[in-house]
Amino acid sequence: MASDKIVTLTDGNFDSDVISNAQPVLVDFWAEWCGPCRALAPAIDAMATDYAGKVSVGKLNVDENPEITMRYMVRGIPTVMLFKGGKVVDQMVGLVDKGSLKQMVDRHM
Amino acid sequence: MADAIRSVTIVGSGPAGLTAALYTARANLKPLLFEGLEAGGQLMLTTAVDNFPGFQDGIMGPDLMAAMRAQAERFGAEFRGGNVTGITLGDRPFRVATGDGDVETRALIIATGASARLLGLPSERTLLGHGVSTCATCDGFFFRGKPIAVVGGGDSAIEEATFLTRFASHVTIIHRRDSLRASKIMQDKARANHKISFEWNAEVTDILGAGGVEAVRVRHVDTGMEKTIPVEGVFVAIGHTPNTDLFKGQLDMDAAGYLVTHAGTRTSVAGVFACGDVQDHIYRQAITAAGSGCMAAMDAERYLEESGI
Repeated sequence: MASDKIVTLTDGNFDSDVISNAQPVLVDFWAEWCGPCRALAPAIDAMATDYAGKVSVGKLNVDENPEITMRYMVRGIPTVMLFKGGKVVDQMVGLVDKGSLKQMVDRHM
Repeated sequence: MADAIRSVTIVGSGPAGLTAALYTARANLKPLLFEGLEAGGQLMLTTAVDNFPGFQDGIMGPDLMAAMRAQAERFGAEFRGGNVTGITLGDRPFRVATGDGDVETRALIIATGASARLLGLPSERTLLGHGVSTCATCDGFFFRGKPIAVVGGGDSAIEEATFLTRFASHVTIIHRRDSLRASKIMQDKARANHKISFEWNAEVTDILGAGGVEAVRVRHVDTGMEKTIPVEGVFVAIGHTPNTDLFKGQLDMDAAGYLVTHAGTRTSVAGVFACGDVQDHIYRQAITAAGSGCMAAMDAERYLEESGI
């Protein structure tokens, strides 16, 4: 069950919701058919709750949004990227736990 | 700390761990199983499994694991998600540390399995997720119409290469020997596939590309000749490393880090049993893992009886 704090990102809203966002944004690149992405989902939900008001959390479906997927050369999922000031400042590839996501975000706060 | 001391705790949720859970649950030992981050184990990353007896038309790996889990649950096995963070075997009962609190247990069954090994090149780390992958079923989709390479010569390498021909324009299998370790049936399938070619006696020395993979650099071990193969993806399938970091200095391991067992599934500490890929670098099959999970459960049951618990 996705948290209502999570923004659904698309090719259409990525620039306004991520690139122009004053807050840091954690972006989860995922797809329906990806088992590890499903396993990562609860950790992403928890991040949205824990960092509410400080970090925006969004999910981008790579099947439906090829333009952004290409722009960031994402060729493996799950990939989680942290954007700050419109730029990628950090990323993690593959299934990770919430603790590792927190560490990555806290490094850039 | 509200938990009473458990009789049996199982770490790992692949075929070995789930079979151990099924047998210990049926023996009324009320097992607690820690599923780990990669719940379901390596089979969760496979597609059709055609060599698990009883499924004459094959079964999807994730479906097989869901069925095994449900079967253990039916007899009362208890499951917890997430990774175990520490295990102490010096005192009894044994202590299993998790993100939220410790669990004490009289017998421990280790079924933590093995994880895909990487080549160890610096470029591989930076390009992971940008063309370098260890999971064909996860990432094959991104290489539609593109040339890719698979590194390795075992069953999983050949299976991945064959699977990837669904997407890729061409698959080059790079193997450091002149023959494959993969089973005959898989070799025949790969050799008959016109999208697959082989680069024999070749070692990957570098993966090239900025932002995404552009080519792979190989050196032929027999001639010393180097060459660059243009590819947009590199799938690494060169074997596995056992997940035994938690047990370093506590249990006997071989040089490669696999747990050493004797007299069935017994480890070097009485009351601690190991099953599945964490103690097996030879067979590594779902059916052998399940079989050893059954053995570990029976060994644990006998141990608890004999210690009068």
